Amino acid sequence: MRKLRVVIAKPGLDGHDRGAKVIARALRDAGMEVIYTGLRQTPEMIVAAALQEDADVIGLSILSGAHNHIAPRLMQLLKEKALDDVLVVIGGIIPDVDIPKLKDIGIRGVFLPGTPMQDIIEFINSNARARV
Amino acid sequence: MKTATATPPATTSAERAQSFTTISGRPIDRLYTASDVQGIDYARDIADPGAFPYTRGIHATGYRGKLWTMRQFAGFGTPEETNGRYKTLLKAGGTGLSVAFDLPTLMGRDPDHELSLGEVGKCGVNVTSLADMETLFDGIALGDITTSMTINSPAAMIFAMYLVVAEKQGASWKTISGTIQNDILKEFIAQKEYIFPPRPSMRIITDIFGFCSTEVPKWNTISVSGYHIREAGATALQELAFTLRDGLEYVQWGVDAGLDVDAFVPQISFFFNAHSDFFEELAKYRAARKLWATAMKDRFGAQHERSWKLRFHTQTAGVSLTAQQPYNNVVRTALQALSAVLGGTNSLHTNSLDEALALPTAEAATLALRTQQIIAHESGVTNVVDPLGGSYFVEKLTQDMVDGARVYFDAIDRMGGMVEAIERGFPQKEIAESAYRFQQAVERKEKIIVGVNDFVQEDEPPIEILYIDESAADRQLAKLEQLRKTRSADQVQRSLDGLRRAAKRTDNLMPPILDAVRAYATIGEMCDALREVWGEYEETPII
Repeated sequence: MRKLRVVIAKPGLDGHDRGAKVIARALRDAGMEVIYTGLRQTPEMIVAAALQEDADVIGLSILSGAHNHIAPRLMQLLKEKALDDVLVVIGGIIPDVDIPKLKDIGIRGVFLPGTPMQDIIEFINSNARARV
Repeated sequence: MKTATATPPATTSAERAQSFTTISGRPIDRLYTASDVQGIDYARDIADPGAFPYTRGIHATGYRGKLWTMRQFAGFGTPEETNGRYKTLLKAGGTGLSVAFDLPTLMGRDPDHELSLGEVGKCGVNVTSLADMETLFDGIALGDITTSMTINSPAAMIFAMYLVVAEKQGASWKTISGTIQNDILKEFIAQKEYIFPPRPSMRIITDIFGFCSTEVPKWNTISVSGYHIREAGATALQELAFTLRDGLEYVQWGVDAGLDVDAFVPQISFFFNAHSDFFEELAKYRAARKLWATAMKDRFGAQHERSWKLRFHTQTAGVSLTAQQPYNNVVRTALQALSAVLGGTNSLHTNSLDEALALPTAEAATLALRTQQIIAHESGVTNVVDPLGGSYFVEKLTQDMVDGARVYFDAIDRMGGMVEAIERGFPQKEIAESAYRFQQAVERKEKIIVGVNDFVQEDEPPIEILYIDESAADRQLAKLEQLRKTRSADQVQRSLDGLRRAAKRTDNLMPPILDAVRAYATIGEMCDALREVWGEYEETPII
């Protein structure tokens, strides 16, 4: 079985990348192939990276409050590219009221501050598409 | 070596853990005694408050003379909304203002740029042009207060807007005071809100130094910041070392630009984090003063006392706040604030209990200010200067911080300086490593965070938070459209051409930026003019 391939992306204008970098490293240490896109990625750039890298998982790190704009656009683009089987998760500062909206558009995991890395690793392992 | 008298009987020597470390992972001994401070000379290394090297403080009278400035960082939505919050904070006894800008402003983008989508007014107030700055300070006399503005890449533009508002209010540039953060090195190192490449970015800063030394002499031209370095995951020592070394880099660039050390160094200030490890933090502030004083004197030959004295603002650690059991954050913040006060901070921001969830509500922001007032007026700690001076532990920690920072200084000097070290990714790597190590320690419960990895509570009731909707963006977009119709397009174009020309030469950039601001050029237009000349910086991400 191939290793899970994960694109960790930091969309929007925000540069606070501590969380993105720590989770990228934790997933790599847990045996996944991790591609970190770097900062200021548009949804278009993230989808292009997912396509090119044959990603099973996209992890978004958003702290600025821009998730309500970025997430729907990203999910729309994934659908257009027939990448809807890619698992999409978000970590960051997400107000409780926004979580159901994100789940409705197909974001399967929303991880808030203080989530143990192990929980995220387990979530990805049990929800990502099977690789053959 | 410990003195024999300090060793307790064997029967009571069992300890809870194999080793005890600070939150930064620094080992701490069971007991500190006279033998730990043997190499420290009081007059040379510590000295009375107000005396070189200022380890105990820069004022002989400490807080008996003047309390620290209680400066609460605030900004959200439109300039109208934030103006209302400022008036509330000043009425509640705040003694200075501190402006938080939104990401489009920080990144030099107008609200109608594609990257601004969803970001306008979210993390701070949106300021697109002079018109917004006029609204932000409407009814607030800039001659009577001091204002700190957290702005870096576009600092020159935002500062120019503030200067023009002051001028319109009739407040003299010679007497107004405040601070612009203007610290681009820590952006490359930690917070990543950079626009232009390092070298032209450094030139903007030395231009501001030169301009202010004659035109706005009471302004703090830079706030060399460890705060963001720490938030990104640095240890206390790394925060201290990288920040002070950044400070030395700015001084070196100023000197290389032909400025006299004593003419611009007194306008440099600092900004540190107050994290949760109480003694480590206050030792850090004491070490910072000593490092700066000795470097200014020995490395740069500064003659004036004002160049030797390190003045600093402190903010409690945002990264220590938890979304879980948010009321616990009030206690964390109070302890962190106390360490900053015992470390002799000159100005302080205390975080609000809800900031792991959102920007603070007005009630939470007021409680944070009350925390400072209780420390200042009820705790009694302000009655005496540097009450912990002379503690074996505190003096030893302070000296170790000084020594550890100098090891980093030497390493960075060998790379050719901080700009070169950043280009190699050195501080970035060090910080990423510390951040990961800390996270692992939390996962293994070697470090306990109450309410997060221990003492967890199920089914917590939610608290009220400030929710910023899209109406701020809509209003800012409408105002921008209106502005573009009413201002003189010709005057804007001419001023932007002037800015481009100056950027290609070596003229001081402040006069052409002031011209563009007066023509109501937007922050996006001014930054674009410089992007055309200098390009944009892109980092190689390190994980």
